[in-house]
Amino acid sequence: MDWGFILERTFSTMLGVEVMVFAMAAVGLNIQFGYAGLLNFGQVGFMAAGAYGLGVTINYFQWSFAVGILFGVVYSIVLALILGVPTLRLRADYLAIVTIAASETIRLFVRWRQMKEITGASEGIGGFADPFYDFALNPFNPGQRYDFGPFSYLGRDLWVLTVGWILLIVMVLLVKRLMSSPWGRALKAIREDEDAARALGKNAYMYKLQALMLGGVIGGFAGMLQVVQKGSIQPDTFNPVITFTIWAILILGGPGRTWSPIVGSMIYWALISFLENVLRQLPDGPAGALEDTIKLSDFNISQLRFILVGLGLLLLARYRPQGIFGSREEMALNDR
Amino acid sequence: MTADETIANPIAGVFDDVAATPGSAKPDPIIVADDVQRRFGGLLAVNVDHLEIQRGSITALIGPNGAGKTTFFNLLTSFDKQDGGRIQFDGADITSVPSYKLAKRGMVRTFQLTKALSRMTVIDNMKLGATGQVGESLWKALLPVWGAQEREIEERADALLERFNLTHMRDEFAGTMSGGQRKLVEMARALMTEPKLVMLDEPMAGVNPALTQSLLGHVKGLRAEGRTVIFVEHDMDVVRDISDWVVVMAEGSIIAEGTPDDIGANQEVIDAYLGAHTDSDFFDDIETAVAAEAGSPERRGDES
Amino acid sequence: MLLFALLAAIAGTFVGSLASAQTDDTTGELAIFGQLGYEDPESGEDVNAAGVTIEVDGVGSVVTDDLGEFRLVVPSAGDYAVTIDVETLPEGVNLRNPDANPLEASVSENRDRRVLFPLVFGEGVGSTAGDISFRRVAQLTAEGLKQGLYLAMAAIGLTLIFGTTGLVNFAHAELVTWGMLATYFFNFYGLAGIIGFLAPLPPPFGGGVNLVFAALLGMLSGAALGWFLNRFIFRGARRAGVSLIAQMVMTIGLSILLRYLFVYVFRGGPRSFGDFSAQRAVSLGPIELTPKDLVAMGLSVLILVAVASYLEMTRMGKAMRAVSDNRELAESTGIDVERVISLVWMSGAALAAMSGVFFGLDQIKWDFGFRILLLIFASVTLGGLGRPYGALLGALVVGLTINLSTLFIDAEVKNMIALLMMALILMFRPQGILGRAERIG
Repeated sequence: MDWGFILERTFSTMLGVEVMVFAMAAVGLNIQFGYAGLLNFGQVGFMAAGAYGLGVTINYFQWSFAVGILFGVVYSIVLALILGVPTLRLRADYLAIVTIAASETIRLFVRWRQMKEITGASEGIGGFADPFYDFALNPFNPGQRYDFGPFSYLGRDLWVLTVGWILLIVMVLLVKRLMSSPWGRALKAIREDEDAARALGKNAYMYKLQALMLGGVIGGFAGMLQVVQKGSIQPDTFNPVITFTIWAILILGGPGRTWSPIVGSMIYWALISFLENVLRQLPDGPAGALEDTIKLSDFNISQLRFILVGLGLLLLARYRPQGIFGSREEMALNDR
Repeated sequence: MTADETIANPIAGVFDDVAATPGSAKPDPIIVADDVQRRFGGLLAVNVDHLEIQRGSITALIGPNGAGKTTFFNLLTSFDKQDGGRIQFDGADITSVPSYKLAKRGMVRTFQLTKALSRMTVIDNMKLGATGQVGESLWKALLPVWGAQEREIEERADALLERFNLTHMRDEFAGTMSGGQRKLVEMARALMTEPKLVMLDEPMAGVNPALTQSLLGHVKGLRAEGRTVIFVEHDMDVVRDISDWVVVMAEGSIIAEGTPDDIGANQEVIDAYLGAHTDSDFFDDIETAVAAEAGSPERRGDES
Repeated sequence: MLLFALLAAIAGTFVGSLASAQTDDTTGELAIFGQLGYEDPESGEDVNAAGVTIEVDGVGSVVTDDLGEFRLVVPSAGDYAVTIDVETLPEGVNLRNPDANPLEASVSENRDRRVLFPLVFGEGVGSTAGDISFRRVAQLTAEGLKQGLYLAMAAIGLTLIFGTTGLVNFAHAELVTWGMLATYFFNFYGLAGIIGFLAPLPPPFGGGVNLVFAALLGMLSGAALGWFLNRFIFRGARRAGVSLIAQMVMTIGLSILLRYLFVYVFRGGPRSFGDFSAQRAVSLGPIELTPKDLVAMGLSVLILVAVASYLEMTRMGKAMRAVSDNRELAESTGIDVERVISLVWMSGAALAAMSGVFFGLDQIKWDFGFRILLLIFASVTLGGLGRPYGALLGALVVGLTINLSTLFIDAEVKNMIALLMMALILMFRPQGILGRAERIG
């Protein structure tokens, strides 16, 4: 087994596109769940809204990339309104039910045959991302390889990573500022007890709607970034497992903590990368016996990841709902 | 002698000419409720024909379990929607004003089950109470426009914590406090809204006797500042001690009104309690109230 | 991690035997087949349609023989579009439903797939959105009723678990899939056929049992899973004071865990039960349903009536409703709430499993439950969370509405109607059709 290779892959993963995209989506979820206590089980729907907002605007309407981004944001806000307006006056469960149902419905809608002309149905959309790479400020040559010690990146990826990480850091700082403001204080109060906040003059419904929108827009940006990096939009990549992975990441890092989305995402993807690489190399060693037992194949290894996400989420929510770094004190206060 | 007896009562004597009958008119009402009704299924949980609450007074709302006190409270504060009727606050109709807007108008409430915001510090709990905060708007929160107001709010919060003897808890999570301390924080937090009317739902429930006295003192302090207080309470001693006026509810309606002394002697009230099969403590309370001689507020004040 | 290794090892054993056994009941190749015929309006006799070209997208085409039969081998399991060349139909003969061409046929991994192209002499009945004929309304009503009945069984368990524990179980749909897959398993491998050396034993130990018995076993295994989940996961969480929100996240984790264990073991392709899988529809007036559908619908009505009588008449059933109504009050009257909850989990999971069996008569797939999760939630929401009769009514309304909606909209997006219904009910009557307004504070 080549441990050097495994570690190298693991570390290069930690600054990679997946970490960035999932961290960004988790920043959005952190506003919603971590600070406002909203159960959004459909974050992938917001990612799809952002991605299709961008892709459809550019490909179908033939408008510019900038307008595409604007529509990605608008779609995310519209989705937040559709989901939030009927449910946010009600108990927390209803938002959960509606979001999980809606995110799956969005996927079915964009891959509907009748939508072929607009969303490309099951084939999706391609060729909309070029303006991003042709952008005048891009210092990298998309086709060229750049080496940094043991790591080597394509110029194209390097540009996505640069823009993405800057955007991500800005968003985290933005959230940090918001959550230390009176707005953030009111939001946290609503998470703790909505009635108390209302009695003190806070319009809980409005705050929750704003949190859902803001978190949704950030999720939309994560979706845009993801499809720009891939260069295409595939409807089936927006499946519910993405949402649950984002949840696992957030709870891993600790909901309601500023940097938890990035920390959680790094840990998650490092673990997954490490595990997959170890598993793929198993037959070389004496551990081959294990390989025989659990019938590893590429198919099974990718399923294993989701089995682990599920198990991890189950155990984290049960034993460490404040994340692996959460303080004992905070945990004790959590039972409400 | 207790310390709180020295707290002034600016409205002493105002009830002298008020009739001790349900729905009686007050010289200067801050709340006027007319035909307020609330149904749950077939049950008429609240059915109040007319009620006026005197400005600047401490009014107790009592009644046996299930009399509709908390539901009536919820209706007054818009936490529940009435099926009919009209409520005026400070001269304006507030019947369909949402609950969060009432705080800005000067009406604030607490809850029977204390709602300390556990995973926020005590000082954040306090600062939350301030109304009209510029930084509570999503856009302005990002701009450097709320710093000065925040400092002013923090000063006010610190002063209130001092007054309620909570300064030592300032930076602790509210969830780590004792039940009595939470009640204090909730009341102090309510004062951050600078209310005209404070509505307390069972402020003494679950509070140890030492703190009870301090809480009572604070309630009287509110009156001394010119604020109106309405509170729901089970403990008759507390009611006799601090209230200027008592409203009795049974089966959703107001069956009696009057000074604590009037109520203690009211046969209808006694019947209502006897008929309601309440727990024995409660029964004892009302019995004590009936039998005891009028005017012995110091009885429980010895601790302080 | 140990637990996981164990699960994986068990899963691995399953995969091995399932993979090896998959080809047992086919000749090693999979095919799409069928027979074309129509009724001669004058003689009233059945006539075989010979010489008709059938094309399977991406595979090739075939021409029906003198008996009107065709068979085309496909390379692997999966979804195929089957097109009939209407030009080659005998003169005067048309498809009864010109819109059902091409047909979407999903071929299971273990079974050939029959496709039906009903033919009529004369004009066919179009089924474009907007075309409303009595026959179509009747057929859609029947299908809506069928879906509603099956949904109701899944929804009642969900709503009862919510009522008694306050928990929305997002893994409930996986219990539906569980019932479907467990029954499939018993149907093909019996109780222990999976363990290599026991396979030679006679059914029901080593070999598969008839679907009826397999379904009973599947239902029992559903109850067992429900008991297990409550006893070893959620009871502990309740006792440890884990917040309901955290418990909901737990069910989300459980849902993915189960779903991907299913696909790990059973793979992604669709499957069918060993019995009753290639039935032809019978006509009941304007309605066409297969005999198995009729039986399953009848059974589901019986089961639902049994559930209702249980809730109404037995002590335990009344206790369930009482706990669902007001947990504290029920506890104070001496009801053993934990026992009630355990029973609710068991019966709820068993009902979900049975619903999975009935749905599985049409198709078995690892993520089937998740694909109807929206419909289950819509049913429960419509009826009012925590109300068993509400869920029943909600399920029927959802089943009928989404099926009848295809009169006006494309069938592919009919499930979106359920989401719309859910949003509307939450906006205007959040307590559900049968729910009461709740008291605050």
